[in-house]
Amino acid sequence: MNNVYVKNIIRFVLLVLLQVLVLDKVSFGGYIIPYVYILFILLLPFDIPKSLLLILAFFTGLTIDFFGNSLGLHTAALVLLAYARPSILKFYFPKIEALPGEEPGIVKLGMAGFIKYGFSLILIHHLLLFFLETFSFSHFFITLEHVLFNALASLMAVLILEVLFAKRIKRRR
Amino acid sequence: MRTLLVFLWKHHFFTLFVLLEVLAFLMLINSYSYQRTLSFNAANDLTGGIFKTVGNISDYLILRKQNDQLLRENAQLLNKLPGSFLERDSTREYGDSLYHYFPARVIRNTTHAYNNFIVLDKGRLQGVEKEMGVISSRGVVGIVIGVSAHYSLVMSLLNDNAKISSRIKKDLQLVNVVWDENDPSYGKIVDIPIHIGLAAGDTIVTSGNSFIFPEGIPIGTVLTFKSDANKGLNSAQMKYSSDFNSLYHVYIIRNLKKKEEQKLLEDGTNE
Repeated sequence: MNNVYVKNIIRFVLLVLLQVLVLDKVSFGGYIIPYVYILFILLLPFDIPKSLLLILAFFTGLTIDFFGNSLGLHTAALVLLAYARPSILKFYFPKIEALPGEEPGIVKLGMAGFIKYGFSLILIHHLLLFFLETFSFSHFFITLEHVLFNALASLMAVLILEVLFAKRIKRRR
Repeated sequence: MRTLLVFLWKHHFFTLFVLLEVLAFLMLINSYSYQRTLSFNAANDLTGGIFKTVGNISDYLILRKQNDQLLRENAQLLNKLPGSFLERDSTREYGDSLYHYFPARVIRNTTHAYNNFIVLDKGRLQGVEKEMGVISSRGVVGIVIGVSAHYSLVMSLLNDNAKISSRIKKDLQLVNVVWDENDPSYGKIVDIPIHIGLAAGDTIVTSGNSFIFPEGIPIGTVLTFKSDANKGLNSAQMKYSSDFNSLYHVYIIRNLKKKEEQKLLEDGTNE
């Protein structure tokens, strides 16, 4: 049980540092930034209380916002993602059963399942994030295009990291 | 009241979601208003400290490039020594300088957001104040809009709120420069009087009208000029002189006569 806490705290610190110190500084093609901190919320255990999920999302978003000088922006997007997470999981995997502390990762959902699950939530997050950032619908299609490309980049980054995490877990077993 | 509480508790997941989103939106709306950006708080001292540590490490990786830049700047400064000038203006006493430059380092910089900010490693204790100008060796960078004890927040030219009063160098006409919003290299020149024609390559410099920047600091060069017969004022596309992606050493400008000028202006408008 303790193990779950420690693992998630370490994951939180690593992902936030990777996000604000490395990824926020490189922008591929001018605007694309892979948002890997999402992975922290994606990988929280199945049996986490729903309210705790929201509160953790709120504080993760707040942390990212403090560093990025964009107070409220990532917070709003990440809270929406956390709100959608239980429904998305139920929608794609209605019959899944999980042990206490088990995570919805590649090991549990399979590669295709994790991509479905991850990409849906990333899209939801990015849609709110980018439209809030432009603060208007005046560049609707350009923003939509940005959302799509950036979501793909985020998915790639999230997959790479999750494969690394998953590999480590397997080796330990 | 009781039934409402029971209802809220029954749907506590949704209630909490709405509550947190409202909080986030309140913060967002506050941070969008220009006034709030000015209140730069203690939290930035913490994040600023972290960025500074990392900045210290990455210093080593770009030393050569920085050295080249410093050499260039030294050369420029040598050019500005009194001995480099033939004649001194006889109406102004020697040593009666108007602007004072002091160096600072960029520890945080964005160029891809819709409103971009820069954090510098000098703050109130080093004498930085709000509304001081910031330039690089190549041209205008932005304006200080917030100061904490050790850090200052600069609104970069790549910001919706940035509108710099400037002149066309060749004929001294006043225009305004805003950001193009799409690319960190390009800005837009607006409010060009209809009788003024611009050509590609024309230089745009600061006007010296704002008490913030001295006169004649380069902002950018004209790329394309669009004449619109229907409108009263023309606009043009411009390339910034500063390379915002590689900003590192900058200079903060203090206007030593700012209070005097402002007081004169206020007295004049009050009468």
